[in-house]
Amino acid sequence: MSGGGIKPAQPFAQAARVTLANAQMRRNLRHATTTIRDKRQRAVSELPDWEALRDEGAALKDHALANLGELLLDLEAAVQARGGQVHWARDAHEAREIVARIAVRHGAREVIKVKSISTDEIELNAGLEAHGVHAIETDLAELIVQLAEDRPSHILVPAIHRNRAEIRDLFRRRLGAELLTDDPAALAEAARAYLRGKFLSTRVAVSGANFAVAETGTVCVVESEGNGRMCVTLPDVLISVMGIEKVLAAWSDVAVFLRLLPRSSTAERMNPYTSFWSGVTPGDGPQEFHLVLLDNGRSAVLADQVGRQTLRCIRCSACLNVCPVYERTGGHAYGSVYPGPIGAILTPQLLQLEDANANTLPWASSLCGACYDACPVKINIPEVLLHLRGQITGQRPLDAEAVAFRSAAWIMSEPFRFEGAIRLARLGQGPLLRDGAIRALPGLLGGWTEARDLPAFPQRSFREWWRTRPAPPAPPERADAAPEPDLGEPLAPHREETR
Amino acid sequence: MRIDLFITCLNDALFPRTGEATVRLLERLGHTVHFNPEQTCCGQMHANSGYRREALPLVRRFVRTFRDADVIVAPSGSCVATVRDLYPRLAEWSGDSELLDAVHALSGRVFELSEFLVHRLGLEDVGAYYPHRVTYHPTCHSLRILRVGDAPLRLLRSVRGLALVELPQADQCCGFGGTFAVKNADTSTAMLADKLQHVMATRAEACAAADNSCLMHIGGGLGRLRSGTRVVHLAEILASTEHEVYA
Ligand code: SF4
Repeated sequence: MSGGGIKPAQPFAQAARVTLANAQMRRNLRHATTTIRDKRQRAVSELPDWEALRDEGAALKDHALANLGELLLDLEAAVQARGGQVHWARDAHEAREIVARIAVRHGAREVIKVKSISTDEIELNAGLEAHGVHAIETDLAELIVQLAEDRPSHILVPAIHRNRAEIRDLFRRRLGAELLTDDPAALAEAARAYLRGKFLSTRVAVSGANFAVAETGTVCVVESEGNGRMCVTLPDVLISVMGIEKVLAAWSDVAVFLRLLPRSSTAERMNPYTSFWSGVTPGDGPQEFHLVLLDNGRSAVLADQVGRQTLRCIRCSACLNVCPVYERTGGHAYGSVYPGPIGAILTPQLLQLEDANANTLPWASSLCGACYDACPVKINIPEVLLHLRGQITGQRPLDAEAVAFRSAAWIMSEPFRFEGAIRLARLGQGPLLRDGAIRALPGLLGGWTEARDLPAFPQRSFREWWRTRPAPPAPPERADAAPEPDLGEPLAPHREETR
Repeated sequence: MRIDLFITCLNDALFPRTGEATVRLLERLGHTVHFNPEQTCCGQMHANSGYRREALPLVRRFVRTFRDADVIVAPSGSCVATVRDLYPRLAEWSGDSELLDAVHALSGRVFELSEFLVHRLGLEDVGAYYPHRVTYHPTCHSLRILRVGDAPLRLLRSVRGLALVELPQADQCCGFGGTFAVKNADTSTAMLADKLQHVMATRAEACAAADNSCLMHIGGGLGRLRSGTRVVHLAEILASTEHEVYA
């Protein structure tokens, strides 16, 4: 399979170097993320009940996840009752084959696609290609990525790492568009002219789904260009692929997410196009509808008490836009169609912690917590990161790092050992010192001193100072001094720590 | 009030002046300060790096050491965040319900220095004097886990002689993140580079924060660039007076 998918080709630190070294790409990213970050902040602070809304969103998702099996069966029944067909796909391969089989059965050589990350996850385009079916992306950014034979680097803005001049050159080359400027309107017009022909001539369409309502069998796609609306209304056959976690219990639940999603993702009060469809309607829209329910590791994530909150994600991309790591490395560094903070927890979990490269992703965070603050469904991403780090470290063989951490824990488990270690470090640092600081460290820690000095161990630790300091002056009698609290139980005597 | 000090391992070994300043400051404010030498390290680095099992003995030691303390104050936002936010989860994940109870009993009594002064003691002016141009970096854990808000800024604004200058994009992470700075050194360095640029743009003499781990990172970068801007811990500024300068 080509590009896309969720299996990183490299460990994160290695993959990150590419963008870190590309000044233009870093500038593009910084510009885009800062702009959208500021806009989102404004859009969110307009709503006085934002926090309550987040709680509600999280609770609705949790409820759906807790009853997932039942809701999916309800969804299946409701879709069938309305003339749709439901397919269950255990993994990416099964899902690709299901979609390909339907397309081939209709004799399709081309299918049009609404932007969908789940189809990127299963590498559908390459899967269709293998059956002689060419998929045409109709979302502008997704089209750019496809024409450039590139990979998406953002959930919402797949071509975030490209600037306008690069896109103009691409459209000239690949679409034969006569573009004089790189004005966004001109670029959009060139894409529109190309896509219009495809919308009118293609009989099979593939979409993802933002939500699906178990109660009514309704599938929903939220977008801003209208291409999605074209795809779900014009063709004869519509195939929607959705991760099983996208199901909601009730029709009324959607209202909450339609408030949370646009403000979080595009910083809009309302998104321009929201399309709903339930099965088929004779004489109106696609006359054949297929819903593919994709597991691909999700059941395993669901079984993990701490990790399951990851499945609340509504793919708004707010966490990407506030993440300082994403801002510097870009999406490609994550090696998966799910980049940024959500990718750092979702990708390794979908792969059930069995992929060594994906297992480096939970460390691609400084744990600054910005993602948790931004997430509209309150996924505690830092918590899941730590949880995954613990699990991955626990299953790794004892390496140099583990030995270092174990020794450190052993030293820290007794104050006298800790104090001894400080003394040793003080003696041992001699050869490393230059002008009172450490400017180069050996081994595992060398990365630190590539760009930073390390302070030297001072002659006296705090505890040494505390032991030798003269008794403090009696506290002054102050009228406004805080009253002494009642100490209750007598304090345990503290052992003398010199041994 | 009797205050138990939690002097983090990093402060103890590398930045003892911060601990000394915290003692002087709290004593100057009329409190009785106590340091229990049985304390070592909160275990943050272990837990954050995925060594949960190794962190547990440190959690237990911390809980044991401070079991009888009324109020525990530390000059480190991230270590206080570890105790308040991470300990309950570590205890829960370990399945040790006794430890979880002990952790719950403790976490409401642990405070980062600036939040203790402002939110608990209701102080803003602690009688400090520090005649320098200073900018302030609000560290991520103080900001987003402890939610200390503008407590440090209110303290700094009341310091006589001090000119507080705003740090552009202050709430952006400096890129330290414990082992993140080593495991993803290139990304960490890119984050640091922006932070340094913002610090230097303020033309402050010193960049302050309430966490020596972040300051070690920022200071290490400023030192490498020979920028002339120093880093200083908030406690050292607040402890300084006309008669005694700590920072
Ligand atoms: S994790 Fe939260 S913030 Fe990130 S994409 Fe998902 S819903 Fe949005």
